[in-house]
Amino acid sequence: MIEITEVPSPFCGIGTDDLTVQIDGLTVKVSANGCTVNTPAFEQTITDTSACVDGKKVSLDVAVAQAAELLRGSNQPVIGGCATDVNGMRGVMALADKSGAVVDNINFTAARRNFLALQDTGWMNTTLAEIKNRCDLLLIVGVDLEGFAPRFFERYLWNKESMFLDDTSQRNVVYLGKAPSGDVSTSPAGVKAKVLECAETDLPEVMAVLRALVKSKKIVAESVCGITLSDLQIVADQLKAAKYSVVTWAAGALDYDQAELTVQMLSEMVKDINTMNTRCSGFPLGGKEGDQTANQVCGWTSAYPARARFSSGFPEYDPFLYDSNAMLANGEADVLVWVQAFNSASVPPITELPTIVVARSGMTFAKQPAVFIPVGTPGIDHAGHAYRLDNVVAIRLKKLRDSGLPSTADVLNAIERAL
Amino acid sequence: MLIKLTGGTVYDPASGIDGQVQTLYVQDGRFVKQPAADVKIDKEYDLKDKVVMSGAIDMHTHIGGGKGNIARMLIPEDHRKDPVYRSDITRSGCGHAMPSTFATGYRYAEMGYTAGFEPAVLPVNARQAHMEMGDIPILDKGGYVLMGSDDYLLRMLTAKKDQKAINDYVAWTMNAAKAIGVKVVNPGGINAFKFNQRKLDLDENNIHYGVSPREILQVLATAVKELGVKHPLHVHGCNLGVPGNVNTTLDTIQGIGGLPMHLTHIQFHSYGTEGDLKFSSGGEAIAEAINKNKNITTDVGQILFGQTITASGDSMRQHANHGFANPNKWVCMDIECDAGCGVVPFKYRDQNFVNALQWAIGLEIFLLVDDPWRVFLTTDHPNGAPFTTYPHLIRLLMDKSFRNDMLATIHPEAQKMTTLASIDREYSLQEIAILTRAGAAKLIGLDDRGSLGEGAWADITVYTDNADREKMFEKPDYVFKDGELVVVDGKIVHTKWGTTHIVRPDWDISVEQDLQKYFDRFMTMKVGNFKISDDEITEDGRGSLTTHTLNSIS
Repeated sequence: MIEITEVPSPFCGIGTDDLTVQIDGLTVKVSANGCTVNTPAFEQTITDTSACVDGKKVSLDVAVAQAAELLRGSNQPVIGGCATDVNGMRGVMALADKSGAVVDNINFTAARRNFLALQDTGWMNTTLAEIKNRCDLLLIVGVDLEGFAPRFFERYLWNKESMFLDDTSQRNVVYLGKAPSGDVSTSPAGVKAKVLECAETDLPEVMAVLRALVKSKKIVAESVCGITLSDLQIVADQLKAAKYSVVTWAAGALDYDQAELTVQMLSEMVKDINTMNTRCSGFPLGGKEGDQTANQVCGWTSAYPARARFSSGFPEYDPFLYDSNAMLANGEADVLVWVQAFNSASVPPITELPTIVVARSGMTFAKQPAVFIPVGTPGIDHAGHAYRLDNVVAIRLKKLRDSGLPSTADVLNAIERAL
Repeated sequence: MLIKLTGGTVYDPASGIDGQVQTLYVQDGRFVKQPAADVKIDKEYDLKDKVVMSGAIDMHTHIGGGKGNIARMLIPEDHRKDPVYRSDITRSGCGHAMPSTFATGYRYAEMGYTAGFEPAVLPVNARQAHMEMGDIPILDKGGYVLMGSDDYLLRMLTAKKDQKAINDYVAWTMNAAKAIGVKVVNPGGINAFKFNQRKLDLDENNIHYGVSPREILQVLATAVKELGVKHPLHVHGCNLGVPGNVNTTLDTIQGIGGLPMHLTHIQFHSYGTEGDLKFSSGGEAIAEAINKNKNITTDVGQILFGQTITASGDSMRQHANHGFANPNKWVCMDIECDAGCGVVPFKYRDQNFVNALQWAIGLEIFLLVDDPWRVFLTTDHPNGAPFTTYPHLIRLLMDKSFRNDMLATIHPEAQKMTTLASIDREYSLQEIAILTRAGAAKLIGLDDRGSLGEGAWADITVYTDNADREKMFEKPDYVFKDGELVVVDGKIVHTKWGTTHIVRPDWDISVEQDLQKYFDRFMTMKVGNFKISDDEITEDGRGSLTTHTLNSIS
């Protein structure tokens, strides 16, 4: 058995890189600094190692040739999932370019709420180390932060030391919308987070009123969606009084129509506060299953986020038209490629179309796909890179064991060459 | 493979060749001596009446790193007009102001460029910079690591650490980020913005650290020199874009006390406050100061009219300028106690007085700096204009009548505020070769590049001489990269992967003990995970590292 320390995780999105793992053959055990997200993701055992065509075991070469054959006969393939490391995503992009596919990241419909706001008005954001050292007020909008990232508070808010705060336990935490599922947001000094609850679909209204209060607009009502105006006024005053407040949200948790307008309202409020002689930053949560990685790599190779089409011979971006689920439902695709190197529970959408699955070992199917090639997991079976939620830091993933499984990049590059 | 390039008119300032007819030989990627008569030539190119230069080097272009990708994400509407179709040998892409990586490589190569250097590599974002540049085909690349607003350095300065300790930290950071130079952006200003300071003059203190930009410039310029790094400290000064900043820039030149210093995109730092509109040219004063101070080099950051996007580490100044965003959307970020960035789309208009005068100021500086070895041709891509405007810019420098025709079309008040019409200078082909080849290679400290001399790598551009210099420079007849033919008649015929240029200055190993404590206490990753290893650049089988020599340290 060998022990490896300072292991970075691609699973939790917040880039924890202090895990200790014990490796015994192919078995991985997280022995320190695990959490409910990371530990099972690291410890999942390898089951299948052999590629399959129509459910029958074949050599990798045969599976690759079959995948290429399917793509060669396709008029409009879609590559869904796109949950992998940087090199895997490079492979996705090369394959999409050659086969004229649509590239669509698994979390794009959620991330679209952010991209629409970004591409309409922009934002002012920050990153984890700034939060750790500067944030004196964290406003959490519409998300159970500890459910999203169990170790967020421990690592970035209740850290013992910070460079610019005398006492990190004095930080203010306010929840707007959704209440926390546990109590890790309670400060080490015992101060509970303030919670202003409302229904998820009331957030557009509540955020609009909060921004109005920040801008000192007169509001006649006494309450909004069950939150008293005086409570919201306190939050507005706190935001203006804080030296470095941070407003965080998760696009995936804002699951209602036109939620991009909530993201925009919130981001514009952040900009407003920065014109009121103090600082404030936004902080979008994400980074799971390679979603930032997919958008970054698609971003630099095509200039667009990871919902783009290549069938015209050049990249085209449309955050609605190239939704792979909609394309499958509307009969606009004829082959599905599903790339999911992180999560074997994340199976391809149900479709009658020939499906090529390049995914983490252990994925099981209601109906056997035309081609299934189990691949190694980035950060366990091979080295690689993955982006953290704040989109700035690409963590260097380590190879922890020698499973012999190919990487996503190996497989996709082989298919591309065989085309 | 032995290649013979026969009878071209050669401009190779590195070898002192100025327009002489010569025959060149290339073997295994490098220039070689004329072989013996019985040696078989594998391929011969007749270059009679052609202009031959080495491959051009862009010493300051934003081609890799997070802010560039934010810029891409921000303006999809700008990409749609400018698709790049896939071919059997090239990848698709798109983008006018901030093209995708593959399009970037192809477009540079098709203009005769064979190397580009990203000037603002944030240490914490260096992986991304290298990964993006790793997807730029054909070009060699490299980066200058951005320091000066990182809390670690500012803590050192507050704690009065000695220069040796700073040198160690700078060397460590260069190694960790795989850099070839050191850049400072609005020294300390990006940090001060996080403390809500909205401006920071050269002698104004950061309110938390009590450290001024002048001190930061002094210690970093000293570190770069003492480490033997050939590229001088690469400085984006204080007060970018602020009318009156010409005085800050002159003070910066004086204040560095003779240390080597490169002032980048100096056009944005050469503004006076004269005239009815309180905006005037400081171009003449700046050029005079550069002419006098031989320790100073500069690149211009010329603006050219049209839509672009500005992507800068200078979050303080970008935030201050967000009101000019066109279209009206913008991004600012504070980044990891390391730096920051701001991304603001801009549309420079010839009928806008300020933009028109900015255009004239840049050209004044180009034409009034005497020594072509100390001025470099940049638009600060994409900030002044996309790099694809270089042939047009070269024509403005080489053709006085064309320049004056253009001048006559800009905002009339701006015409009155510039001396441009009275400047007769026209750049020669040899001078252009200095600005874009030999001088750039020397400034960056590239061994064996930017020259057509024996032993140098065979990066070659061949043009058909044309009085219309824009037409000439936008479409070379041939481009060779490392001796391989990659472009014919301005179109890619073959692609390959360039190398990543770095230096590896020494540092005292003990520096990492303090860094480890700092990372464990305050940062969000382990110091061991922060450092970029060689295999991260090379493991995909395409990338490689080329380590350059340092100046001998006395």
